[in-house]
Amino acid sequence: MTKISELNSESGILVRSAVAGDLPRIIDLDKQISGLDKPDYWQESFRRFGGAQDGRYFLVAEKDGQIAGFIVGEIRAWEFGSPPGGWVFSLTVDPDTRLGGVATDMFNTICNCFRKAGVDKVHTMTDRDNITVMAFFRSQGMMAGRSIPLEMDLSDEEAPS
Amino acid sequence: MKLQRSSRLALYSVLELAARPDEQLSASEIAAKFDVSLNHLAKVLRDLGRARMVEAVRGAGGGYRFCGNARRTTLKDVVEIFEPITLHDAQGYEPGDKTEFGASLAVVLGEIDDIALATLDSITLETMLKLTDRMQRQGPSSPKK
Repeated sequence: MTKISELNSESGILVRSAVAGDLPRIIDLDKQISGLDKPDYWQESFRRFGGAQDGRYFLVAEKDGQIAGFIVGEIRAWEFGSPPGGWVFSLTVDPDTRLGGVATDMFNTICNCFRKAGVDKVHTMTDRDNITVMAFFRSQGMMAGRSIPLEMDLSDEEAPS
Repeated sequence: MKLQRSSRLALYSVLELAARPDEQLSASEIAAKFDVSLNHLAKVLRDLGRARMVEAVRGAGGGYRFCGNARRTTLKDVVEIFEPITLHDAQGYEPGDKTEFGASLAVVLGEIDDIALATLDSITLETMLKLTDRMQRQGPSSPKK
């Protein structure tokens, strides 16, 4: 178990492991972006991924003493048949600090964590209408993976016969 | 997915110009690199100029330069100057479209269009330049089919 704390001296952005005291700001930021207030979800997410547990990373970025964003990920093995790899499943940046390198610093830090843990591939998934986030991941070098997400409505009318 | 020749040429041109922001390149230099006719390229550059992506610099040492924002301009922005991107809609009415199979085929083709559109819309010129640089550093490889 290692607490993460990486300061980018150029951007002045500190990426560190989240602590319980960060949760109100994380909940606020998510509400600002998604329009949904989900305190229970983030408390559970912090319980599962916070606290510098091996293979699980809940990181925040601080700029000028304020939390400017957060990223959550973990190492998953053999999910959908894939060898162990890092998964990023949440990335949020304060809109007021966008284009300031916050997301890049958080992404680089979590990728370094994955590398140190011995995996050589990072995965994520975004809504195809979320062009901002997809463009960010693309700018970091991410390409379409081999998996294609599939889904189905589970209402009675849609039940397979 | 296959793009029309004008779209590909437009992408090559803006990428070449965006990769060399401090230089003006002549149409003949670009035509020679991509092995295309000067006439065709001139028309493409004119359309890109109208869309305010490139501008012509007159006089000695003049040529074309990229005048957009490479961090903001996406592949979709360039391609849609030359062709409609939603392939299915672009075909217009086809026999069978109004049948039950036509309706379900439209759903599947729409799915393909949505993915193609999201891909083109999420890749900026800067991202393409980074990808090109990365691929060059990795060494020669045959393009994916």
